[in-house]
Amino acid sequence: MVELRQPLTNPSVSRRAKRLAPYRAVLASRMRSQRSYRSNFLIDLYSSFVIGFIELAEVWMLFRNVTSLGGFTFSQILLVFGFADLCYSLADMVMGHCDNLPTYLRAGTLDVFYLRPQPVLLQLITSDISLRRVARAMVGLGAMTIGLWINDVQWSPAHIGLLAMSLVCATAIYAGMYVWAAGAQFFLVQGAEMTNAFVYGGRYASTQVASVWSRPLKVVFGFFFPMAMTAYVPSLQLLGLPGPQWLPAWLAWCTPVFATWTWAMALLFWRLGLRHYQGGGG
Amino acid sequence: MSEPIIATEHLTRRFSRRDPDGRLGLRRTTLTAVDDLSIRIHPGEAVGYIGANGAGKSTTIKMLVGILVPTSGTVRTCGRDPLRERRQLAREVGVVFGQRSQLWWDLPLRESFTILGAIHEQGRAALTDRTDELVTTLGLGDFLTTPVRALSLGQRMRGEVAAALLHRPRLVILDEPTIGLDVLSKQQLREFLTAERGTHGTTLLLTTHDMGDIERLCDRVLVVDHGHLAYAGTLDDLARTSGAKRILVVDLAESASPLTGIPHTEHLSSQGNGVRQQLAFDPDRTSAAKVLAAVSERAEVLDLSIEEPDIEDVVRRIYHSRM
Repeated sequence: MVELRQPLTNPSVSRRAKRLAPYRAVLASRMRSQRSYRSNFLIDLYSSFVIGFIELAEVWMLFRNVTSLGGFTFSQILLVFGFADLCYSLADMVMGHCDNLPTYLRAGTLDVFYLRPQPVLLQLITSDISLRRVARAMVGLGAMTIGLWINDVQWSPAHIGLLAMSLVCATAIYAGMYVWAAGAQFFLVQGAEMTNAFVYGGRYASTQVASVWSRPLKVVFGFFFPMAMTAYVPSLQLLGLPGPQWLPAWLAWCTPVFATWTWAMALLFWRLGLRHYQGGGG
Repeated sequence: MSEPIIATEHLTRRFSRRDPDGRLGLRRTTLTAVDDLSIRIHPGEAVGYIGANGAGKSTTIKMLVGILVPTSGTVRTCGRDPLRERRQLAREVGVVFGQRSQLWWDLPLRESFTILGAIHEQGRAALTDRTDELVTTLGLGDFLTTPVRALSLGQRMRGEVAAALLHRPRLVILDEPTIGLDVLSKQQLREFLTAERGTHGTTLLLTTHDMGDIERLCDRVLVVDHGHLAYAGTLDDLARTSGAKRILVVDLAESASPLTGIPHTEHLSSQGNGVRQQLAFDPDRTSAAKVLAAVSERAEVLDLSIEEPDIEDVVRRIYHSRM
């Protein structure tokens, strides 16, 4: 007899729980699998922490040579860096493997997704999770907490709400970027470098002071891929700074609009990509 | 007759590719992978879908399950439109791709089955019953807790078949399921598919290069050539049409002259002064036993083997007969 350890859906569970059961089962197995190689997992966690820390050290080294950059001091940029790194790491943990789409296309994994009764995108998203990114998110959380502590943030219910909303929206924006890149890679099976320039380049840009960006950069990473809205603009609002031309602080209240825009663009690209694939071009 | 489980009408699929020799890579060439294919397969049938590499077999399968959009024509699988009703269709169809896995390489088979049960929203009792049935009939018990990456090809393929059949699909499509398997594994898989069909009335559509798969599993054969349906009929008629022969290889106790003159048998070659000889015979007119008996009258046979007609050869003969 085969014993099934994992409890399965049964008629008594709610319809929603039943719909989520396939994703839960896959994700739970991925997490168990990563944790089962304990030493590997610890090394991965450590490496991820070191990478996050080195990137923070890079910002610190820069500010050892200047007292302020684009109107921001080191303590203020620490808030921007922490904000961006925390949200990016969370999105990367959940969505980072979407980057592997060209590998999935070559290995035929995507065809297997078509043979299962769930939406292909949801299967792709829940096909893996990178728990090691938790360590990097911790670096971001630490930097953001220190940034909030040492800066003169005027705490009010509105600012607490803004902080919570911005964290959710920034994570959604980064996650949407991964979906956009996956959709674009249907057309660019050998061109992942192009999408990486925007996903990873965008992440790097979001940890920097956007006021020093040129106008084209403000258009690309301020609005089209709204990287400035993930950390810089919310930080302006929390710190009580007015913001540069084109990127005023009040835009911080519009982060849900930018998150919606990013996901609309991401889903459009994903849909076009799938059509291209089904049309035989993938 | 019942509604077909697979029905295509003038199904066509063209691929447009950039011509590497064209100026600036702008010139495109069109390849027709499936051309005006009209087929019907009824519930409970076992059909072999054969053809040379690049004949359009995999493209057809992808259109049957909603992975590819037809350029023109219609396709209905289990009475559904595979594109619009892909998710519902996935609950009724099981697909085994010999070259790609739907198992999780780092998990034991048992855990893959648990996940697939959740994916197909099977209840706990139904999944346990079905898993037990498949474990018994496919002989998976000894390696159920072994990570998939550590399984042999034969073990993995049996696991793949179990994974595709876990949700009790009405239609099972197998794309080269026995490729690379040893004789014993092939035999186990064929026996299982025959039993599954007998017990549950499952419809089988099978692409293969192994004539043995077709002979032992299928009642009907469809042959495709450059996307066209070149032949549709029974296996007996296929062999008759193609004139494909089986080859008996005998190792004799001592040197012998070429074994010619055996009825309906052609002497192909002799090696080692006639110690090993190859004889081709028409399975429609004689049998391996009769040929062996005739050989044994003339020399002592130490060992023998029978080579099935190469599917490529059968297909080639059909292609030639159409020209």
